Amino acid sequence: MKNEVRKISCIVCPMGCVGTVEVRGGIAVRAAGFTCKRGEAYAVDEVTAPRRVLTSTVRVVGGVLPLAPVVSSRPLPKEQLLPAARCLATMQVAAPVQEGQVVVANLLGLGVDMVATRAIAVA
Amino acid sequence: MRRQNCDVAVIGGGPAGLAAAVSARRHGAQKVLLLERDRELGGILQQCIHNGFGLQRYDEELTGPGYASRAARALEAAGGVEVQLDTMVVGLTPDKVLRTVSPAAGLQEVQAKAVVLAMGCRERTRGAIRIPGERPAGIYTAGAAQRMVNMEGYLPGKEIVIVGSGDIGLIMARRMTLEGAQVKAVLEIMPYSNGLTRNLVQCLDDFNVPLYLSHTITRIEGKSRVTSVTCMAVDENRCPIPGTEKTFACDCVLLSVGLIPENELSEATGIALDPLTGGPVVDQHRETSVPGFFAAGNVLQVHDLVDWVSAESDIAGRSAALFARQLRPAPEKTLLLQAGSGVRNVVPQRLVCQPGQAEAVRLFIRVAQPARNVRLRCLCQGETCYERRLPIVKPSEMVVVELPSAAYQPASGLLTIAVEEAAP
Ligand code: SF4
Repeated sequence: MKNEVRKISCIVCPMGCVGTVEVRGGIAVRAAGFTCKRGEAYAVDEVTAPRRVLTSTVRVVGGVLPLAPVVSSRPLPKEQLLPAARCLATMQVAAPVQEGQVVVANLLGLGVDMVATRAIAVA
Repeated sequence: MRRQNCDVAVIGGGPAGLAAAVSARRHGAQKVLLLERDRELGGILQQCIHNGFGLQRYDEELTGPGYASRAARALEAAGGVEVQLDTMVVGLTPDKVLRTVSPAAGLQEVQAKAVVLAMGCRERTRGAIRIPGERPAGIYTAGAAQRMVNMEGYLPGKEIVIVGSGDIGLIMARRMTLEGAQVKAVLEIMPYSNGLTRNLVQCLDDFNVPLYLSHTITRIEGKSRVTSVTCMAVDENRCPIPGTEKTFACDCVLLSVGLIPENELSEATGIALDPLTGGPVVDQHRETSVPGFFAAGNVLQVHDLVDWVSAESDIAGRSAALFARQLRPAPEKTLLLQAGSGVRNVVPQRLVCQPGQAEAVRLFIRVAQPARNVRLRCLCQGETCYERRLPIVKPSEMVVVELPSAAYQPASGLLTIAVEEAAP
């Protein structure tokens, strides 16, 4: 099997090192060009199992605002961001919404909850 | 007309105003009045629903609304702050009389002992960058679109071209993508992006949104609605290179081309502005050129981290309280700070010194160009009085240094901040 070389910009600190990670069969075999270990670890995660926190909105029924902002309780796999956001676009919640309230539990079966990041009072 | 008095009046209920009001109370101001023109507190944070706020101030990664609610809770805990929402300050005089209007109270006159300016900033618009073409619908500033998408529930378009690669533009590229729109291109006239690397990776690369560096928008087509945008590559003088035209079909253009501190009130009051920052000239206590007027946050200088806005507003609120209580000592001497080579601007622009003053002064510095391995120096009459090496500097990331008192106490006259390439 041939090694795939992936270019990764490190975002851990402002230095912004750009290095490469060699991957074979989904496993990182070598990292080069990163100034420190933290950056190397980030880069290996990025090529093997990148995860992101998702922030989006959910429609609110009967609230002073039509949308509640939400954040995922944990980072989710990067490739699930778009499907998760499209799924959220079909959901709604009734006012009042409390800050910290779980608006959608176990989104797409990913084991991640979507939590309201502000309160929305009843109109 | 309603009339009232207060110790400290704070104009603006965003992160700057919230922190300044709390700090004014903590430092002994009896009556603090917070004036906000929106229907709720929190300012621009309420529409910044993404996370990444608060790592410095709260040691936690918060969303914009989350940060706003922390700040609002601190205000409640401090007590003694009268908040007036839906209230617009329409007049401000040098003797600290504020005139406000609101649907609830009509016209109101407030006599304050000290005033904190915390009005924030606003976006540069299409007029400010002169894009030729028609005047069709579908052209928005990125922040206006952000409010529509995140708070009001409208999508401003389905096929988007974003002009400018500042953080708001990048964040909107991701946001529009997640909401089902297609972002065709992000155009940046400079050869580097003005956004954080994190946003380049997580907002553009993650969704395969193309970034065109050294490209500028040259034309917007469309009669009633935008139908396409044409861009061209630019040379090192930022002039379009003929023959490099590229056209993108789109129904929406978002402009992320910079922010301007909002200082109409300050100017009308006769407060001196720094043409480099667009905000008032202040000393390290955030006092402006008119005694008793203080400024903090984006009205003073456009910050890239809200955490610094809050920290700066802590200072302004404290200074305003001490001024209202007549506890501010007269300075023994005043030094001026100016931007030297490699530096775009420095805040504060003045340093006031009292005898025996020993605290370091925090300087916010914007560099002119990205560079690696630089030497930052503070010069007084050609002599270096402070020096620091920095591995990397970028115009998009404010450089923050603490200037020790030993560096400025012996100085007189003018201090110059310079950022130059360090000898290897
Ligand atoms: S590799 Fe290390 S030094 Fe380089 S950007 Fe990443 S964390 Fe910073």
